[in-house]
Amino acid sequence: MKNLILAAVVFLAGFSMQAQEKSNKNSKYVIEVNGNCEMCQSRIQKAAYSVSGVKSATWSIETHQLNLILNEEKATLLTVKTAIAKAGYDTDEVKSTVESYDNLPGCCQYERK
Amino acid sequence: MKKQISILLLLLFCSINFYSQDTLKEIKVQSAQKSLQKSLKLTANTTLLSNKELLKAACCNLAESFETNPSIDVNFSDALTGTKQIKMLGLTSPYLMITEENIPSVRGASQAYGLSFTPGTWVESIQITKGAGSVVNGYESISGQINTELIKPIKDILFFLNAYGSSDSRFELNTHFNRKISDKWATSLFVHGNTRVLKNDMNNDGFLDNPLAKQVNILNRWQYTNAEKGWVSFVNFRYMNDKKQTGELNFDPNRDKLTTNYWGSEINTERIDISTKIGYVYPDMPFQSIGFQNAFNSHNQESYFGLNQYNIKQQSYYSNLIFNSIIDNTMHKFATGLNFTYDKYEEFVNVADYSRADNSVGAFFEYTYDNSDNFSIILGGRVDNHNRLGTFLTPRLHVRYNPWEKGVLRFSAGRGKRSANIFAENQQLFGSSRNFEILNSGGKIYGLNPEIALNYGLSFSQGFKLFNRSGDVGFDFYKTDFQNQVIVDLYQSPQKVLFYNLNRKSFANSLQVEFNYELAKHFNLRTAYKYYDIQTDYLSGNQERPLQAKHRFFGNLGYETQLTEKEKQWKFDYTLNWLGKQKLPNTISNSMIESFPEYSPSFSVMNMQVTRVFSSTFEVYLGGENIGNYKQQKAILGSDNPFGTTFDTSIIYAPIFGQMYYAGLRFKIK
Repeated sequence: MKNLILAAVVFLAGFSMQAQEKSNKNSKYVIEVNGNCEMCQSRIQKAAYSVSGVKSATWSIETHQLNLILNEEKATLLTVKTAIAKAGYDTDEVKSTVESYDNLPGCCQYERK
Repeated sequence: MKKQISILLLLLFCSINFYSQDTLKEIKVQSAQKSLQKSLKLTANTTLLSNKELLKAACCNLAESFETNPSIDVNFSDALTGTKQIKMLGLTSPYLMITEENIPSVRGASQAYGLSFTPGTWVESIQITKGAGSVVNGYESISGQINTELIKPIKDILFFLNAYGSSDSRFELNTHFNRKISDKWATSLFVHGNTRVLKNDMNNDGFLDNPLAKQVNILNRWQYTNAEKGWVSFVNFRYMNDKKQTGELNFDPNRDKLTTNYWGSEINTERIDISTKIGYVYPDMPFQSIGFQNAFNSHNQESYFGLNQYNIKQQSYYSNLIFNSIIDNTMHKFATGLNFTYDKYEEFVNVADYSRADNSVGAFFEYTYDNSDNFSIILGGRVDNHNRLGTFLTPRLHVRYNPWEKGVLRFSAGRGKRSANIFAENQQLFGSSRNFEILNSGGKIYGLNPEIALNYGLSFSQGFKLFNRSGDVGFDFYKTDFQNQVIVDLYQSPQKVLFYNLNRKSFANSLQVEFNYELAKHFNLRTAYKYYDIQTDYLSGNQERPLQAKHRFFGNLGYETQLTEKEKQWKFDYTLNWLGKQKLPNTISNSMIESFPEYSPSFSVMNMQVTRVFSSTFEVYLGGENIGNYKQQKAILGSDNPFGTTFDTSIIYAPIFGQMYYAGLRFKIK
């Protein structure tokens, strides 16, 4: 029993140490992504998750904000934006091509800025 | 029946009237909080009951709060204790995992009355999960999980008062006090008292229909929240004292206790609970957290039933450490951790001593994949080492798929294992002249083996819009297969109850078909048909489980008027339960007058309630239970000679008391 508790403590301590050491492993970003519906939500999040290093991606239908938690040792914000643009959605830095925009499902054809 | 229909029609017309009045007024756009929430995105088949739903049945404790919900069947209390038992998928509460804020609460010694020890006003919400539950809380759940969340001090209102009185002379008083001590600390004090002061005997059999009762229940909780640093913590202290007296009208405990002057019973329970919870969410990683829960409780029941004495004291310690995080990204989540449980029982059945100590330690891991769109899966497993159950694995699986819009398909499978506390779980049988006989002697729990069952379930639900009103239709099917079960055999002889290990087959199949529709604005209909096929191989051969209806129908109508600017409102609620015939325990060998037929008749029970909200601070409610006044005519066998061989108070298939009316008020200071 004692050993188990000890093991658990070591285990947990390990996790928290790791968390402290490498803070750029959990960089937080909020970016605006143009879209409009629930379908967009799942497509945008899916596109973000397709980038290795994206830990968390949640897009809000109301605010059009994408909240990202990113491991910057593996990916940059730009690669995420590129992946999202490839799926047909515009961000501030990277715009999607006419082709991929036209490939969006009907309900997702948001108004382009 | 005519009476019932006219009442129903009346209610319907009233509602339509109110509705037409309502439409004339200005329409305020307001997102109505649904009282029963079924998510399309949750992986398990879970229903959330908000406290709004709990208000639909104003009385009184957790056991009674499921009356307006089809997933759980509330049974009629036995003639003795007045406690309502619940069933899910046709299995009684010992096969459910019942937790309070994720700490196992109704288990072991508290199995029979535990649900009546949580007052309804304390409850914030209840989650009901059908089928195999999560592995995080333990290995014992077989047919489902019920988790209760109590009101959190941080969100609590300054003061709350609820008073209740009913025609069966039951009175309740609930007061809540809350203080926010700093921006981080808050505390709530909940004080509950209930009592039944008068002896009622509506069926003139010389016995009380409901026990005289007195309960004091006090909970003090403290909450610490530091959102910046990611800490949240709870500390709870609770004391409960419950006294019940029942039996013959002339029974006086001071004079007649443990004599044959008159038959009587007293059940006194005292309980102390202390629990703590610490949670930490990593500020830079909101998806990663640690939780640590500890609970200690002492439960002491001293009781006698005629000449049968039953005393049980359970002291328990429960500890749970859990770590939540992700693998790569939040599409892949996991939870892992350790549990420890210690139970010390001092249990005496007359002079026989069944005292024992149990302990178990276990580790669990649960993986969740969610494609954040239309598919998710939860795969969990745990390993436990228990001094009586041995070392064993508990696998559980839940899958969810949304094939199209508003449709959800779910599948679950899992294993559960538990030791049956045969006396505590079947103590209503002490109120009979039955002899308790345990036929096996090789096992480690009263000579019996642990119960092991596999549970599988499949469900589908489809939401729709019809005439611009929303509704949903669906079904679920669950199968519980027992590999071993402790059989409680009431078929062998009316003078005996036998306990033995399952020899061949035992299963419980349940099918529920549901249809819910918003008939008009704020006027909701819920209906469900339930089919149960529960069979066990007894010594006397394959039989259906006694006191279980094969067919049940449930209907609920709820109507609310639009909230006016001064926050005035009317609320109406009507519930109908129809139960088909139920097989009764075998009493054929008794004389005609002291026996039951093989099956009970079918019948229906109706409840209704009207609430008038005067303002956001004050409301009153009025209601009736069993307004059709259906009564089981013969409730107690051998009531003329309670110390004779045919006495039995445990065979209850319908209400005994008949119609009951109640009224109450709620007062809030925000």
